[in-house]
Amino acid sequence: MLRVAMMFVSSRAVAEEVVQEAWLGVFKGLNRFEGRSSLKTWIFRILTNTAKTRGEREGRTVPFSSLGGDADDEAPVDADRFLGNGHRWAGHWSSSPRNPRDVPEERLLADEARGRIAAAIATLPENQRAVITLRDVDGFDADEACDILGISEVNQRVLLHRARAKVRAALEQYLDEEAAA
Amino acid sequence: MRWPWSRRPSGPPRSRPEDISCREIVQIVNDYVEGVLPVGEREAVELHLNLCDGCTDYLRQLRLSIALTGEVLADALTSELEEELCLAFRSFQRP
Repeated sequence: MLRVAMMFVSSRAVAEEVVQEAWLGVFKGLNRFEGRSSLKTWIFRILTNTAKTRGEREGRTVPFSSLGGDADDEAPVDADRFLGNGHRWAGHWSSSPRNPRDVPEERLLADEARGRIAAAIATLPENQRAVITLRDVDGFDADEACDILGISEVNQRVLLHRARAKVRAALEQYLDEEAAA
Repeated sequence: MRWPWSRRPSGPPRSRPEDISCREIVQIVNDYVEGVLPVGEREAVELHLNLCDGCTDYLRQLRLSIALTGEVLADALTSELEEELCLAFRSFQRP
């Protein structure tokens, strides 16, 4: 919850206050919970509403739902990984990704692999980080993530696509290093 | 004819993998994983994957990456949630 709150406010200290305030809202509002969504989604929705209100008060006016970033900067894979237009097989891999099985399983399960992934997530733009965290770390489904963040289904999909593509690229670098080791 | 991205021995492929390029596959493969592609596109992706080792390995990496992301903060999460609950209860008891 702290991680989600921090996406809307300026500091960890403020985020901690937001989480406390959200829990108070949960305790007070529990008798109004109608079970139309899961309790977890309901709690997170209270959290994001609290965090958004607080963020607006802080003067953070950037709308969360904006996709951000130039689409050209957001290619999931570098353009030079594919054969160019003059080529007979234009658009196909010039340098294919490696099969993860090239790397011993214990290296895939190593703390270092998870560390690389965590580092990649930490450098994502905040809206991408919010979506991938809710979906792939916290295990919410797409509808729940849209509901919690107040974004459209299309935005959720684009943000998740971009976030996962960057995290995969970090994993690929790790796989290539391990295979060469 | 032998497709350069395929380990399949020579012989005509069953479909036309040129209908969709690897560069396009990486743009929509997450929607494929999410199960939100229209049927026609889903079938085109599957046909392409059947013939293309590069994209198959890309998909393997993507799925592995998603699985590892799920493992990343599992321990940190538990203690963080406990900490938050303690904070919340402490503030709840305040007058």
